[in-house]
Amino acid sequence: MTVTLFIPCFVDALFPRAGISMVQILEGLGHKVAFPESISCCGQPPFNSGYWDEARTVAAKVLPQLANSEAIVIGSGSCGAMLKVFYPQLFENTPQATLAKQISDRTWEFSDFLVSKLGVTDLGAKFPHKVTFHDGCHGLRELGLKKSPRALLGKVNGLELVEMGEAETCCGFGGTFATKFPMISTAMGEVKCASATETKAEYIVSNDSSCLMHIQGLLSRQANPLKTIHLAEVLNLK
Amino acid sequence: MSFVSQFKAQARVMAGDLRHRKIIRTALRNYEIVRDVRKASFQDWQGARQLAAETKWQAVNHLDQHLEQFTAKLESRGTKVHWASNAAQAREIVLKIVKDKKAKSVIKSKAMTSEEIHLNDALEHAGLNVVESDLGELIVQLRKEAPYHIVFPSMHLTRDEISELFQRELGSAATNDPEELTMIARRALRKKYLTADIGITGANFAIAETGMISITENEGNARLTAALPKTMISLIGIEKVLPRMEDLALFLPMLATMGTGQQLTCYNTLYSGPRQPGETDGPEEWHVVLLDNHRTELLADAEQRDALHCIRCGACLNVCPIFRNVGGHTYATTYSGPIGSVITPHLRGLQDWKHLSSASSLCGACTETCPVKIDLHHHLLQNRRNAAKQQPSFAEKTSFKLFAFAANRPALWNFGKKMARIFQPLQGLVKGTPVDPAKAWTQTRDLPQLAPESFKDWWRNRK
Repeated sequence: MTVTLFIPCFVDALFPRAGISMVQILEGLGHKVAFPESISCCGQPPFNSGYWDEARTVAAKVLPQLANSEAIVIGSGSCGAMLKVFYPQLFENTPQATLAKQISDRTWEFSDFLVSKLGVTDLGAKFPHKVTFHDGCHGLRELGLKKSPRALLGKVNGLELVEMGEAETCCGFGGTFATKFPMISTAMGEVKCASATETKAEYIVSNDSSCLMHIQGLLSRQANPLKTIHLAEVLNLK
Repeated sequence: MSFVSQFKAQARVMAGDLRHRKIIRTALRNYEIVRDVRKASFQDWQGARQLAAETKWQAVNHLDQHLEQFTAKLESRGTKVHWASNAAQAREIVLKIVKDKKAKSVIKSKAMTSEEIHLNDALEHAGLNVVESDLGELIVQLRKEAPYHIVFPSMHLTRDEISELFQRELGSAATNDPEELTMIARRALRKKYLTADIGITGANFAIAETGMISITENEGNARLTAALPKTMISLIGIEKVLPRMEDLALFLPMLATMGTGQQLTCYNTLYSGPRQPGETDGPEEWHVVLLDNHRTELLADAEQRDALHCIRCGACLNVCPIFRNVGGHTYATTYSGPIGSVITPHLRGLQDWKHLSSASSLCGACTETCPVKIDLHHHLLQNRRNAAKQQPSFAEKTSFKLFAFAANRPALWNFGKKMARIFQPLQGLVKGTPVDPAKAWTQTRDLPQLAPESFKDWWRNRK
């Protein structure tokens, strides 16, 4: 199958390794990977801030570039939710409504694509470390992902998964929220980091780089040796 | 100071208050344990939520019929029904009754509607002695504070703080035993019940079919408030209606489960009218004040109408990471937490209160927990959209226009990334200082380094 990869703007600029890992994993499974290079962003920042006209301007350029795709795979629950849940709302009662719905139907978050669509859990990965998993809120509650990432981690050689008490608690990122209300966002992140630290894990793994960016930002500032890594990178280590 | 600056200033203080964070976390950890035990005792919790949502949907979408039925039944048993369009009217109605009765003192049981219309201030201003009989409410009343939480008004206080308050205000001896503290309050309150001219209550549910109100409580104070004074006034939001008596079989355990983690609260009482001929107790007169106060405007909003399903259980506050970190008072609203952030813009003005909808990471924990399935976090998003549409911020609108312009021009976007890579080392020099353009982030968090080779670069190079 040809898998069209949607690379979120921050993954492209800040965390390319997560994207590269996804390409290598999907190709390793025998699929062809397509990447529409002229997509910059899904439009979530203006959408979540309430500026839906501006979000529509961005998203309207995304839609035609994904129109002929067989399956669209995104390594982020947040941008995944934007395409899957919010595009149909954004384009309701517009000429692109049908296309938005079709694209929504074809969109998959990366871990869910592997597990639910391809039926793959064992990728032969090896990561001999103690890890804890952070459920990104959009992936967890908009897309209902809880089991897929854990099914994949369960098959990684040498990996020990220790759940943290606050696994399902928001890390405090929330896009523009993090800079509009930095004091609240930071407090939320502190709660998250403390809970992850309690597990004595070496890594926090997540299927969302945006959460990890926030968590890592706090950990680095606090000189906490705990590290963050995207699920795709873990699955691509042999 | 505007509402938003006030909120931000208070949030800054509270979010960094580790003592507060610990008190709330400890209190809520106990709640979470008992709540989950009770949820598990439902045969099908998700099915129960669906049924509750559908029942409330029916109630709210036929509110006119249910209210007519409810009031007709009430009146048939001699209850006086009053309609209040807004807070001022509701206060006037209550003040007129109080005046007609030549009342001097009022005892109250817990009612958020009373907080909503600032009834205590109005009564005290009119020269009345007003006493809250719910323990938590009494504590915050003595502290001259608003309730911290819909269900747990004084959850932000430790037992020692309550003991100090009682020593100072009630002249009691020092103790941090919860039972003794309760007894101190009870002793102070008993006299008040006997001397009060008027008892004021709220209602948890208003049963249309039978014309009864249901009050659910743990201290028995609402019963005494309703039973002892000669005149009883109940101040009820119009959305409290349930169509049928049998609906209580679901809603009472559901409210207890999510509110306090109980199977049922200790006292559940139905009130159907004032003392009837031949009866030996109960109030001589019962006035029911039905409060609209912008609820019909919410009803007219098809997208957010389900916010009227709310049974005020407080469950969304308890799971909200914003509430847990900034606390109830920071909101400066009657209803705090997610439900407060959703409805306050409808009750008190979108532009003044839109910041509460922005002060959320849209994590959705509230929606996931809500027993009547209010789509809370999506309503926060809709409030943001409505606010931006009605009165866009020039700075935000312009920056998102520029953002969209760049996002749709790949060459420009990629040039921006290159520029950012050049300027990031310079930003590093001023990191976290007032001149840092990214200071909102960098004051507490490190920024990630831009990758020397972006994903797009890598993709192009491998081809």
